[in-house]
Amino acid sequence: MSENETVVNITVNGQPVEAKPGEWVIAAAERAGVYIPHFCYHPRMNSVGMCRMCIVDIDAGRGPALQPSCMVEVSEGMVVDTTSEQTRKAQDGVLEFLLLNHPLDCPVCDKGGECPLQDQTMAYGPGESRFVEEKRHFEKPIPVNDLVYLDRERCILCDRCTRFADEVAGDPLITFQDRGDQTQVNTFPDLPFSSYFSGNTVQICPVGALTAAPYRFKARPWDLTEVESTYPNPMGDRVVVQASRDQVLRYQGVDSDAVNWGWLTDKDRFAFEATASELRLHTPLVRGTPLGRLDPGGSELVETSWGQALSLTADAIKAAVADKGPQSVAVLGGARLTNEDQYAWARLAKGVIGTDHVDAQLDDGLPAEGVLSLPRATINRACTPGGTVILMAPDPKEEQGTLYLRLRHAIVNDGVQLIELTPRATGLSHLAAFRLHHRPGEAAAVAAALMGGDIEAGPDGDIGGTPVSAVAAAAAAIANRADQPLTVVLGRPSLAEPADFTMDAVAELVRFANLLSAGGRPGIAFLPALHRGNVLGALDMGLAPGLLPGRITLADGGPALAEAWGSVPSNPGADTRGILQAAVNGQIEVLILLGADPLGDFPHRELADEALSQVGTIVASDLFLNPSTVRAHIVFPAAGFAERRGTHTNLEGRITGQRQIVTPPGTARADWAIATELARQLGADFGFGAPEDVWDEITRVAPSHRNLSMEAIDASEDGVVAADSSIAFTPPDNATPVPHVDAYSLRLVAARRMYDRGTLLQHAPSLAGLAPTAVLAVNPYDFDRVGVEPGADVQVISNAGEMDMPVVADPGVPRGTAAFGYNYPDLDVRDLVDPDAMVTDLRIQTR
Amino acid sequence: MARLNANSLGVAQEIIARYPVPRSALIPLLHLAQEQEGYVTEDAMAHIAELVGVTPAEVMGTCSFYEMLKREPVGEYMVNICNGISCHLLGSSDLIHHAEATLGVRPGGTTDDGKITLEAVECIAACTEAPCLQVNYRYRNRVTADDFDQLVSELRDDTAKVASHGQLAMVRQHIGDDRRAGVSPPDGQGEPAWMARNPSDNGDGS
Amino acid sequence: MSAPAPPDLRIITSRFDVEDGHTLAGYERTGGYAGLRRALEMAPADVHSEVRTASLLGRGGAGFPAGVKWGFCPPGVWPRYLVVNGDESEPGTYKDRLLMERDPHQLIEGCLIACYALGLSQCFLYVRGEMAHAQERLAAALNEAYEAGYVGRNVLGAPDFSVDITLHWGAGAYIVGEETALIESLEGNRGMPRLKPPYFPASIGLYGKPTIVNNVETLANLPWIVSNGGEAFAAMGADSSTGTRVFAVSGHVASPGVFEVPFGTTTFRDIIFDPRYAGGMRPGRTLKTFIPGGASAPWFFEEHLDLPLEKTTVDQAGSMLGSGAIVVMDDTTDVVKACHNVVRFFARESCGKCTPCREGTSWLEKILSRLLAGQGRPQDLDLLMDVCDNISPGINWPPRQTTICPLGPSAVSPIASALERFRSEFEAYLPATAVTVTGVAS
Ligand SMILES: Cc1cc2nc3c(=O)[nH]c(=O)nc-3n(C[C@H](O)[C@H](O)[C@H](O)COP(=O)(O)O)c2cc1C
Ligand code: SF4
Ligand code: FES
Repeated sequence: MSENETVVNITVNGQPVEAKPGEWVIAAAERAGVYIPHFCYHPRMNSVGMCRMCIVDIDAGRGPALQPSCMVEVSEGMVVDTTSEQTRKAQDGVLEFLLLNHPLDCPVCDKGGECPLQDQTMAYGPGESRFVEEKRHFEKPIPVNDLVYLDRERCILCDRCTRFADEVAGDPLITFQDRGDQTQVNTFPDLPFSSYFSGNTVQICPVGALTAAPYRFKARPWDLTEVESTYPNPMGDRVVVQASRDQVLRYQGVDSDAVNWGWLTDKDRFAFEATASELRLHTPLVRGTPLGRLDPGGSELVETSWGQALSLTADAIKAAVADKGPQSVAVLGGARLTNEDQYAWARLAKGVIGTDHVDAQLDDGLPAEGVLSLPRATINRACTPGGTVILMAPDPKEEQGTLYLRLRHAIVNDGVQLIELTPRATGLSHLAAFRLHHRPGEAAAVAAALMGGDIEAGPDGDIGGTPVSAVAAAAAAIANRADQPLTVVLGRPSLAEPADFTMDAVAELVRFANLLSAGGRPGIAFLPALHRGNVLGALDMGLAPGLLPGRITLADGGPALAEAWGSVPSNPGADTRGILQAAVNGQIEVLILLGADPLGDFPHRELADEALSQVGTIVASDLFLNPSTVRAHIVFPAAGFAERRGTHTNLEGRITGQRQIVTPPGTARADWAIATELARQLGADFGFGAPEDVWDEITRVAPSHRNLSMEAIDASEDGVVAADSSIAFTPPDNATPVPHVDAYSLRLVAARRMYDRGTLLQHAPSLAGLAPTAVLAVNPYDFDRVGVEPGADVQVISNAGEMDMPVVADPGVPRGTAAFGYNYPDLDVRDLVDPDAMVTDLRIQTR
Repeated sequence: MARLNANSLGVAQEIIARYPVPRSALIPLLHLAQEQEGYVTEDAMAHIAELVGVTPAEVMGTCSFYEMLKREPVGEYMVNICNGISCHLLGSSDLIHHAEATLGVRPGGTTDDGKITLEAVECIAACTEAPCLQVNYRYRNRVTADDFDQLVSELRDDTAKVASHGQLAMVRQHIGDDRRAGVSPPDGQGEPAWMARNPSDNGDGS
Repeated sequence: MSAPAPPDLRIITSRFDVEDGHTLAGYERTGGYAGLRRALEMAPADVHSEVRTASLLGRGGAGFPAGVKWGFCPPGVWPRYLVVNGDESEPGTYKDRLLMERDPHQLIEGCLIACYALGLSQCFLYVRGEMAHAQERLAAALNEAYEAGYVGRNVLGAPDFSVDITLHWGAGAYIVGEETALIESLEGNRGMPRLKPPYFPASIGLYGKPTIVNNVETLANLPWIVSNGGEAFAAMGADSSTGTRVFAVSGHVASPGVFEVPFGTTTFRDIIFDPRYAGGMRPGRTLKTFIPGGASAPWFFEEHLDLPLEKTTVDQAGSMLGSGAIVVMDDTTDVVKACHNVVRFFARESCGKCTPCREGTSWLEKILSRLLAGQGRPQDLDLLMDVCDNISPGINWPPRQTTICPLGPSAVSPIASALERFRSEFEAYLPATAVTVTGVAS
């Protein structure tokens, strides 16, 4: 407890305890090591006082009385007795009541062995039941959605799942129904609990009433071993990974104060299925004949040895460098790797091969240098009570699930004001103080006005499609709270437009940031909401053109690293688009894909396709074959999450540990080891025998990571946060002009949905089917204008292509705009996007 | 379509306008749906959810809590015999048994002709008139077995003059626009003007 | 026997016999809306003072002084709301419905006075769903009152005083009578009581704003109090229980009925036996027990008959006047059945929120049902008491709670009363060959 925090002195079972003001008795007691049994209380949700299990003797000055410790605040001098005779009797009574209608099916219950009800009963409960009446009956488990089953007979009506759905997720689709002892949890008929967060209810259900389809009957708690780790998503959600017989069987969220508060998205929680997939790569593969003979032009990928795969790769690289120079080798991807993996690959590419053609983002994020140059926020800063958050990113509910939950909580409970500066509504819109929904590509104009620039209306009395009055009011609201932190959640709101538009808007924000931070005010800071695993680690480790490990540019950091590494590239490289273009031009001989699928992910599919055809040798390191890697010449099977130790960096720059609990399939290896081995074959000895060695070197050579020891990371539950970069923000030379949209067209916004055709998702059987089918969403008022009916199957035409799809009415899409998911399994929006145009305008016609 | 029809929708909108927060209109709207169809259909719940801005599951949560709101069709007439303590003391059990025998259904059941649903209910606040019952929430006091039989025959040949199930009050509140004070939203309102009235200005109040 | 109240002491039931008392014409003819006019001549704070002076106790059950409760509104927090509790559902209680059906304008006038006094800018009249006729009468009266300028914009032409009264109706749930459940229900939710503290919605109530919840009868007294002064009201009845109160006397009496009597001075014997009231037991019958204040109240017996209907006295004697419901049982009563009847009520009406109430009351009901079906076990009687003890530790009066609201503990009262006094009648239900049934291992 810090110095200036006031303390409330209470006594718990005779021991003095220092409680925090406003703290519940149950929480204060728990911190002091006194466990008070409970079922409904959950530290991350409002107390409801339903189960009454936590009643203890509390004396707040008027004599001891039985009170629920989950809803009584500590007060100075309070005396709490959790062991009194009267407490014991009352708790026994509640336990007996709860067991009256609870089935005795513990032997076949998933929760058996980790069930608080079972534990309480063992610890306190009566030996035999005095209840001879018939128990309550319900139809046995019913699915509440595709992932979660509900057994109402086991439910003890603690309100945790229903409260979670309502308070935390904002999806009140399961509720209490009926009354009294007939009360049950249920959905509306035929309206499932379709929430991206439903798996959390399984984790917090104190009994086995809610079970997860992917885990049901898979294991018993006592068979599981577990490690605490970090899930490889940009939030760096803290998880416990549980396994049995060398198989990952479950992820449980860890209540990390700084990050995910125990929550996980369903997408991440159930992705464990992919790790165990039969389709994982087990051995190195090379091109060969159908009979398995090595043949560089062969039609098949055939199994080979590591030695052979590595030496073929080394030979190809050597030949390319000798032939066309180091920049004829390029590396794409790596965002899903650990920091150590990324560092080893970066050192191999930049320090050994000498190429700066390295990019972890597949043109679906933001310029790396720009991101690193911005002052970084923490999630807790963004959620500071009374603060302001500007959302200039894709819908966090779709892309950064647990960030969405944290922001939602901050807005609803802590009065954080949200200002949306997005091209369409998001999952937070209904909570936003201001919804400044702009025309695609026109964020910068709104940002300028928002940041105190001149508010000058366009011809329609708007700025970038946003009403002037709303922008002015939002600007005033920001100014009003200038004493509280302002945080920008920054991402690429639409993949149908270049990142330039976003960076133009950032430039406006940065211009104003100096004003904001004048006079010791907290000023402005950024949370980069980029897509894909450890993408922020990749930027920090230098897997980006023009950057070196430690948030430093090639220009600034080159000399120091050249000393450590021997050499650094002499010329800055290109980003993914530039690399693919170079390949098309015949300048790339070896293309290394680190868990990357440019064919599937890069916004310009044709360019990727052509590039892959041109490259002499494609080398891939991956967990699975994907549309791009099936075209590789050499494939390394990589170790995945939970199969190797390492560290992860989240969007705050927070570094936390990942731990190994199962062995990789077959001979798969960690990427740092593959890179180290390749380096050796190319004549460089990294000296890495373990990920710890890699980390050690990072902390010596990377300026932002200096002295962040592995011990310090492991010792703190919340990890450590890397230092801000010294790179200065360089505003774009000229703002990118936005063409006018004509009266018959709709301007396209394309962003990802949570469930799509992503590789990992599609290898998790429980999740694969959840991706929605493609629809075009249009504002209800636009139907008349474009002359089609809501729900109709229409033909959508752009200057790049055309396709048929249903069109639906969605008031969350501003007028004049059309929204389409980026990665639908059935239709590919990239067929409509002209990669050389700044915006994509669509025409719709009835078929 | 068992959503609210045009007529109900008009009433619904008037009801919603009387509350500072639309969700408050939930129970009156559920009654309205019941008035239209005789029970609350799932479509109506979904429609009401749209009208007040909550999920259908939340409407279901509320709807299912309250006994009067039926989610399955019931008879044209609900005959609710009071089984509260005062009526119990004056023979409600006998009356219920008599009703069961006469109608051939148990409490909760509906007669084959769909006319009558029998219920044994808790105290309906007519305790000095025990034993009593309600037909579609209209009281019958000090009911004997003969009275009951008489009632049943009137209900069966439609001479009882009771509106069919769902219709509660025959008079609706209506506030003319010129007379409405205006709902006070829970946020952003100051002290009402009259609180500033000064005692000394107004005679001998103090 | 103290003298029963003369008929002219009826102050809030005075229009029960007036044919058109429920109409605006009838109401105005009999002095209606004079209290409101008088109030508008006073400063709001002075109206509040009159109510304080009157020592008007709440008539909804808890008997908390209205003037004091009104004072709990935190200063400077607006808007504030008035919610009228017309959910009358406590078994044996029958008065609010009559006040709403027979004299709706009196209630409306009371609401307006309260709104004026406290700066309550909107009033919600929550009427029990099953009371279709009361809803009709109130709707008609409100329509008339709006038309005539008593309610709505600029009440009685006052430029600064406007208030809307919204008629709201429930849908069948006793628990909604509990004031925080009432507010939940009014917000469109399941009628589940809110956590205490805050103990009074006056601080945080409807939509999180200060909210005064008062019973129908409580508010119906306001026109008289303002017209005649708080002193005059306080002069009626006993010191600690002022004014008059309306009691419903039901059960095994010769002439059950609803009577307005001076509060605090009339005795149980008066109201049960006086020919002007319930007229005594049915011919040839004797009193066995009676419930003095609604189903939640512990039972009284012969020895309590001479207690006055006065709050403190009754509280001290171990029960309560509650909602003014006196239910009389004579010697023909099967107390086990009566007890089961009351317990079944609470089991059916539990909202389901707190475990001890949800599970405990229905367990009690099941045990009693089994007993009545001849399947009792000797240990069931002790089990009944122990389950009661787990719902309300110590089985004291007033009950200690392991629950949020007193509904669960209310089910304990009849069992404790009946089992203590009439244990042999319970034992008589045990099968002659009762054997001890051992429990099922859990
Ligand atoms: C279970 C329960 C049921 C109640 N039912 C009613 C009721 O039907 N009517 C009523 O006025 N008060 C009822 N009350 C009391 C209210 O909570 C509240 O105290 C009362 O409405 C306040 O009004 P008053 O101060 O004017 O009495 C009930 C209380 C409880 C605990
Ligand atoms: S299903 Fe589980 S979490 Fe939900 S109310 Fe029941 S016991 Fe609680
Ligand atoms: S944990 Fe306190 S009542 Fe459930």
